[in-house]
Amino acid sequence: MLSKLLASAAMAAVLSSAAFANDGVIDVVAPFEIKGADPVTSGNIYIKMDIAEPLVNADAEGRLMPGLATEWRVSEDGRTWRFYLREGVLFHDGSAFTAEAAANALKIARAKPGLLETAPITGIEADGTDLVIRLSAPFAPLPAFLSEYRSLIYAPSAYGADGSVTTVIGTGAYHVTRLDAPLRLEAEAFGGYWGPAPAINRVSYQAVGRAETRALLAESGDADYVFNLDPASVARLKSVENVDILSVSVPRSLLIKVNGAHPALTDVAARRALSLAIDRQGLAQAILRYPAGADQILPPSIGDWHSDAVTPLTYDPEAARALLAGLGWRAGPDGVLTRNGDRFSLTLTTYPDRPELPLSAAVLQQMFAEIGVEVVIDSTNSSEVAVRHADGSLDIALFARNFALVPDPIGTFLTDYAPTGDWGAMNWNNPEFNALIAALARGEGGQPARNRAIEILQADLPVIPVAWYQQTAAVSTGITGAVIDPYERTIGLRQIRWAQ
Amino acid sequence: MIRALGYRAVQAVMVALLVGVLTFLMMQALPGDMAFRIAAGRYGYDAVNAQAAEAVRQELGLDQPAINAFGAWFMDLLRLDFGTSVISGAPVIDEIRHQLGASLQLAGAALALSLLIGPPVGVLAGLRAGGGLDRGLLLVSTALRSVPQFLMGLILIVLVSIHLGWLPAAGYGKPAHFILPALTLALGLAAVSARITRDAMAGVAASPFYAFGRWKGLSEPQLFRRHGLRNIGVALVTFLGLQFAMLVEGVVVIEAIFGWPGIGHALVHAIFGRDVPMVQGTALLLGLGFVVLNALVDLAAHWIDPRGNTEVRT
Repeated sequence: MLSKLLASAAMAAVLSSAAFANDGVIDVVAPFEIKGADPVTSGNIYIKMDIAEPLVNADAEGRLMPGLATEWRVSEDGRTWRFYLREGVLFHDGSAFTAEAAANALKIARAKPGLLETAPITGIEADGTDLVIRLSAPFAPLPAFLSEYRSLIYAPSAYGADGSVTTVIGTGAYHVTRLDAPLRLEAEAFGGYWGPAPAINRVSYQAVGRAETRALLAESGDADYVFNLDPASVARLKSVENVDILSVSVPRSLLIKVNGAHPALTDVAARRALSLAIDRQGLAQAILRYPAGADQILPPSIGDWHSDAVTPLTYDPEAARALLAGLGWRAGPDGVLTRNGDRFSLTLTTYPDRPELPLSAAVLQQMFAEIGVEVVIDSTNSSEVAVRHADGSLDIALFARNFALVPDPIGTFLTDYAPTGDWGAMNWNNPEFNALIAALARGEGGQPARNRAIEILQADLPVIPVAWYQQTAAVSTGITGAVIDPYERTIGLRQIRWAQ
Repeated sequence: MIRALGYRAVQAVMVALLVGVLTFLMMQALPGDMAFRIAAGRYGYDAVNAQAAEAVRQELGLDQPAINAFGAWFMDLLRLDFGTSVISGAPVIDEIRHQLGASLQLAGAALALSLLIGPPVGVLAGLRAGGGLDRGLLLVSTALRSVPQFLMGLILIVLVSIHLGWLPAAGYGKPAHFILPALTLALGLAAVSARITRDAMAGVAASPFYAFGRWKGLSEPQLFRRHGLRNIGVALVTFLGLQFAMLVEGVVVIEAIFGWPGIGHALVHAIFGRDVPMVQGTALLLGLGFVVLNALVDLAAHWIDPRGNTEVRT
């Protein structure tokens, strides 16, 4: 049996000489499956693979940069935005990128669910070679919204009559040569690209759901760039010679959403008690394996939305117990707090799509038990958080929220906290906070307004921050120039070269 | 034989009807709001919210009675149209062709590989029942069978890809990508098919007609070709039919480990995302596939042993 096994493996080795890293193809591996050609469902992949481009780009600090638009200006009243478009740009089907094509793509994107839908847009039209967007109210983050992957610009021929997307026809440095949804995509350098030609002609993208397999692909050298490593694999890959680990703090936070109308949680002191019961550093170190306990909602790397002025959230179970005692809760016979015959028992809704969530939920369950709060974990479909938010049946939920679907977190604060949102506050309404966010959206208020907004969230705790995420990637030492972007927009594909 | 094929044809129609109705009822009976589940499947956990769910509800007419959707699906089916996936928007038949095709290729490769390993070893062991090879086979096949497939897959990746660097660890698209997942499956299959062959062979080898063949002066290879092969064939072919069916359904774990775009994976995601047309189409094709497979096994068994009533009802 063994000799047969070895014989078949040896035979296989002969067949597979073309399957390894330096085969002229940059192989990118990530957990995200390709759901289709539509930017609304899979644009995050097409933007990372430099296949399609938006009007506005962003750098690693979240600063907006020219994309397919070279410049943009807003009118005096803040209601008309004019985007000056890049000239000499071709789509992959050879047609020219025009203002009409851009307007067409954005109108279709806007009709589908996404952030763009929430902007106060009244009209998108071509005006000569410019694109003009009219608003019903001033809206400063509009260019940031246009940089999102759901606002990628495809050629008019990519869309069916009903707005469905039939093929990927972008303007990027690579064009798709083979699309095997849901797992594989191959692309080649596009000869008509407007910018400098990429150094390496062929790239592939492979979705691999299991973290162990992704790590093994990095270790064996089959993949050149591997996204989203699990903590255990990071530790192991650090000792592998031909792999470098890149790591960056990302604007994604692990949060506990709290139903502000729940009888046990209406009082801010109760929410503060829950917050005090969490050993954030311990949880982050044990589960995420990096020291990133969240003492406020966003990490220091998101400069504008991190305030040094607020008092950090701390771990103090004694103080938590005292706060709850002050609210009239007394320990029952089984250690769970009771008040007027009601037990302090909460159902925590979470989802297993991110494997660290159910684990973190179990740790939180223990920490809350320490202060006499009973937690029942319900790990289910992610949409149940939204469903239970809508019908009011949610107690608390644990989730990982991305604050930078657009490079400016204001978009997420608008949809989640001013005043409530499926992935933010629930039954919480702070008029001052709403006014601050509305002003920031109009482009007023500046840093003092942002600091005050963070201070309000810190004091009121409509959500309880738990940890800040880091993104990790394994990059083969066979390539140079790869980057890890906190906004997950690029891996530097166009700049990657084979190492000498 | 004609009667047997007629029976299979009627069975195919019944399977199509039953699978259509049952999958539809089961999908309706699943808990949770369908519009929200579809929105989560399409847009992911970062973007699913009440507005997205409402847009999905409007787009797909989910506020209409569900029986309308079933009627539309059934009428489309009569025109051999499987509809479009509510998650990707692509025609269901294209998705199934790609993903069921990939599963069939992998299952076929695994089965072929297991045939090269299992039955030859089984025959040799069966001819010398109780000998060293026979006892060794029992040990090895029990060991191989008791290693979970995901562990076997990981062991092979670490051994063959990481340490030896001979084969890609995972992926899809090149012939070399077939070998590790197919081998992982084949080792488990061969462990069983070797035992089945060994038992059939041992029975035949101990029979009076085999002894008579040897006594009348046939050499061992002649004896095996004339009196052995055909007699162990029916048991083996029937078992292979069963194995293939189990393979196509049961490779989800292997597909996940090796990043293989298979139908098991597609079906699981379709169920999570409440992609009813995809689930119905896949279940229907799988059901019909099993009917065809059984018919083929019947035909093969009949060809091997034409003595009459040998239809294998599985």
